[in-house]
Amino acid sequence: MNGAHDLGGAMGFGPVEPEPEDVRFHAGWEPLVLALTLAAARPGGWSIDESRHARESLPPPVYLTLTYYEIWLAATEELLVTHGLVGADELDAGRSLRPRADAPAALDADAAARVLATGAPTERDGTGPPRFAPGDRVRARVMHPRGHTRLPRYVRGRCGTVETHRGTHVLPDARAHGHGECPEPLYTVVFTGPELWGPDADPTTTVSVDAWESYLETA
Amino acid sequence: MSGELRPVDARVRALESILVEKGYVDPAALDEIIETYQHRVGPRNGAHVVARSWTDPDFAARLADDATAAVAELGYGGRGGEHLAAVFNSPREHHLVVCTLCSCYPWPVLGLPPVWYKSPAYRSRAVLDPRGVLADFGTVLDDDVAIRVHDSTSELRYLVVPQRPAGTDGWSADELAAIVSRDAMIGTRLVSA
Repeated sequence: MNGAHDLGGAMGFGPVEPEPEDVRFHAGWEPLVLALTLAAARPGGWSIDESRHARESLPPPVYLTLTYYEIWLAATEELLVTHGLVGADELDAGRSLRPRADAPAALDADAAARVLATGAPTERDGTGPPRFAPGDRVRARVMHPRGHTRLPRYVRGRCGTVETHRGTHVLPDARAHGHGECPEPLYTVVFTGPELWGPDADPTTTVSVDAWESYLETA
Repeated sequence: MSGELRPVDARVRALESILVEKGYVDPAALDEIIETYQHRVGPRNGAHVVARSWTDPDFAARLADDATAAVAELGYGGRGGEHLAAVFNSPREHHLVVCTLCSCYPWPVLGLPPVWYKSPAYRSRAVLDPRGVLADFGTVLDDDVAIRVHDSTSELRYLVVPQRPAGTDGWSADELAAIVSRDAMIGTRLVSA
């Protein structure tokens, strides 16, 4: 969806403000939001794509004014409610008002450590030869799906060159909506600065995106 | 959104109480997650990888070929780094990593992303004006150095291997790791001795 999260090329946000690398969090509740969000995905059963889509579906004025972990908190609350694990009335009350829903058991500490240590790889076996090869000229499709996608707006309709085939990966556009994994070949596609931004762009700059096969067409 | 009028701290505590009370989350698991990213997984892991690649050409070749496997040799991997790619700066080309859509970042080697990496300021401008973003960090490249920006997704996450600075001949891997900053492994700074 064309949400406020799709920020590439937007202007007016001011300079980037560096910070020391030993800063991990900026408020005592932030690590708790991180942990609650990661841990709740187990009973909730949602994928990383669905949780990302929940964050990106926040109304643009909300998305752009919340801090990063406030966005996580809002999306986690939303997912808990839409999946029927927690009632909106319980969030309002700040306490549990009824027994738990039928859901997978909570992660214990050992299981949490294992989940963090292994992650959730997205690469799958390929089902056929990839359509594109390194060196191929491709165009990122002009598409404006209402649902989740990982094709940034600033490359849509632009021509680039396939650099690398990255294997076959779960398609976020499908999994975010519970439509299965639908794995597709993933390619690194390189675009020149002028192709993306016009003749005033810095000609020494290139930008690459990692694009699923269905995002691309032959140029 | 429910509870929006309450202070965020109270909202988070309330959510924790509800989830623990219902048995959806185990407080010990929360502690484990927090402890991992507060203290165990951070950019010193990546600095170790970079220093190793500077001192071991065979490792550098493996890192270039299959970063996930090479990093696993040093004991790093897992969530947010299931599939990794390493990109190497050279005198002719400088790499910069961004995630314009969210905040994808190689957690096992760099830890949690800094606030600026997740900020609209960085995400919007890194692809449009990378030299301007570098200037915000005081980083100036020669005009003839090409900049390659990697707009990352969750599925493949990038580690920049900076150029080893002059004057570090004979340094140990530990000494080298100490000068490799997190920002250099994202591509917003260079490494100097």
